[in-house]
Amino acid sequence: MITRKFTLGSVFLYGTLTLLALFFLMPAYMAAVTALKMPADISLPTAWEWPSVINWSSFSQAIEKLKPDFINSIILTICATIGSTMLGSLNGYVFSKWQFKGSEVIFTLFLFGMFIPYQVILIPLFQTLRAMNLYGGLPGLILAHIVYGLPITSLIFRNFYAQIPTALVESAKLDGAGFFSIYLRIVFPLSIPGFVVTSLWQFTQIWNEFLWGICLTRHTANPITVGLANLAGGQAVTWNLPMAGSIMAALPVLAIYIFLGRYFIRGLLAGSVKE
Amino acid sequence: MREASRDKWKAFLTLLPSMILIGVFVYGFIGNTIWTSMTDWGGVGSLALVPEKNFVGLENYIDLFTGFLGSGFRQDLVNAVYYSVMLLAGAVGLGMFIAILLDQKPKGEDVLRTIFLYPMSLSFIVSGTIWRWLLAPQGGVNVLPKYFGFEPLNFKWLSSQSAVLVFNWQDILRILVSFAAFILILTGVYMLRKDQSKAIKRWLVPGIALGAFVWLFGDIIPSALFMEEEHGFNLATLGIIIATIWQYSGYTMALYLAGFNGISQDLRDAAMLDGASQAGYYRHVAIPMLKPITISAVIILSHISLKMFDLIFAMTGPDNAATGHPALTMYLTTFRANDFAKGAAIAIVLFLIAAMFIVPYLIGQYRQRGRR
Repeated sequence: MITRKFTLGSVFLYGTLTLLALFFLMPAYMAAVTALKMPADISLPTAWEWPSVINWSSFSQAIEKLKPDFINSIILTICATIGSTMLGSLNGYVFSKWQFKGSEVIFTLFLFGMFIPYQVILIPLFQTLRAMNLYGGLPGLILAHIVYGLPITSLIFRNFYAQIPTALVESAKLDGAGFFSIYLRIVFPLSIPGFVVTSLWQFTQIWNEFLWGICLTRHTANPITVGLANLAGGQAVTWNLPMAGSIMAALPVLAIYIFLGRYFIRGLLAGSVKE
Repeated sequence: MREASRDKWKAFLTLLPSMILIGVFVYGFIGNTIWTSMTDWGGVGSLALVPEKNFVGLENYIDLFTGFLGSGFRQDLVNAVYYSVMLLAGAVGLGMFIAILLDQKPKGEDVLRTIFLYPMSLSFIVSGTIWRWLLAPQGGVNVLPKYFGFEPLNFKWLSSQSAVLVFNWQDILRILVSFAAFILILTGVYMLRKDQSKAIKRWLVPGIALGAFVWLFGDIIPSALFMEEEHGFNLATLGIIIATIWQYSGYTMALYLAGFNGISQDLRDAAMLDGASQAGYYRHVAIPMLKPITISAVIILSHISLKMFDLIFAMTGPDNAATGHPALTMYLTTFRANDFAKGAAIAIVLFLIAAMFIVPYLIGQYRQRGRR
């Protein structure tokens, strides 16, 4: 009786999981198949079929078209990730180890910045960048990403530093170490996992961002998401190019996710404020 | 002692640049947008670099909600509400379901978890582009049944013109009041088991009174519009909902899975010893314990669905009325039509809806931290 129940249950379990896995992989399969077909072979009724001739040239075409945007995105993502992570680490250090009167309120006010729909700050952001002569180029976009990245990076570091025993900091204080020397000699060396989690999270977020990319940059400074949207937009698209472009735009973040997934998930969980 | 206070100053000064940045870029900018939404942004001279703004009060909002030209925005808003509700139900439900399956520790759990979560790492533009192709009318998902010997579907996922759950915008106030009554009664029934007198006094009686009032004297409540105007859930949005659920149920799965792993094996064994079945364990023990996780997931998903821009842009383009969303209308109104004042008003409406969820949540979190 027990064994039979067990098998029925596990048939259901594995069957459902397989179906779900197929559903989740379906878009990836479709993108790969379409990107590898000759443009003439792509038709709606046969969209699912494996290409008769493998054609890699869509990728080289997509690379050629998206290369400037790809480079923009790399510069943007690296600069903004470094900036917001460094500041977030210092903020998290203050929020967790140097709390002062009102610091918890300030922290909550910081967090609020993470949950606003960004449409609400778009118009003043646009005008401010224009007034600062930063509209249209990468520096303005980098600035925006650093500022609006502060809430999440401060949150992750604050929770990370909360795990460092306060006794360690207290005894360093008794030994005469000050604010910065405690940070440099004790907290920072223990922060490597925190930096990995935060910078991977920021990297994916900034890489994937679109709204500011399209509203705040001119053509020459477009990030990859805007480039891809332009490539895929319009009515008469041949689908091999957008699919190859999608794979190209997805690769850096997918690589992070697949090889460093453990840290990515930690960033994900940290983003839900729960401590 | 002087050393210590100097260190406190250093801590404060370290935080200061970030405080100023957040103060200006978050709070200052929100204030600025509120102000902009109450001006006419220079009317005809709106393209000037520094337009002469005139204060017009709430006119932009009145226009959006009751004006003749606001019809598109009202449809978008209705659509966004349906979209949020379905996304929440779908992503939380599917994510929880997958998490329960994976909590049985099947073989290959690691690989499966990776498969379910990878969409989360992609840009909405990437997933939107691919899903647009998958939902093409004569191809993709629609031809899949053919491979199993069935007729192909011919549902127009992204361009269907039909709408369901249609209501008349004139009745919006009556509908909102009825909805409030419904929520009060529902909460009352739920509370009955815990505290009977409080449940009746605080929830049931006001709820029933409010409901009866709308039912009997609903005509007193003014119509929101001078003419009939129908809004409903556009079926074309279904495609976008499916794509969003595909992308975000892995996220809720990860949240629940982390929660399930945090429940001690002892507790689970104890529940089993008490005769709880597998289903009973999740229904009565695990999921109630993970209520904070459910709340987090609901907050984050509703925030995402309220600002949804990229995915719709990539799947149906910015101008598709059937799949409209206020976030897109805001972009079009502001940057295509140069009507900054009205764009700001739309943004503030979105912001206020988001704040309704987020402010209580953050205050709750703050209190919780204070208690420890």
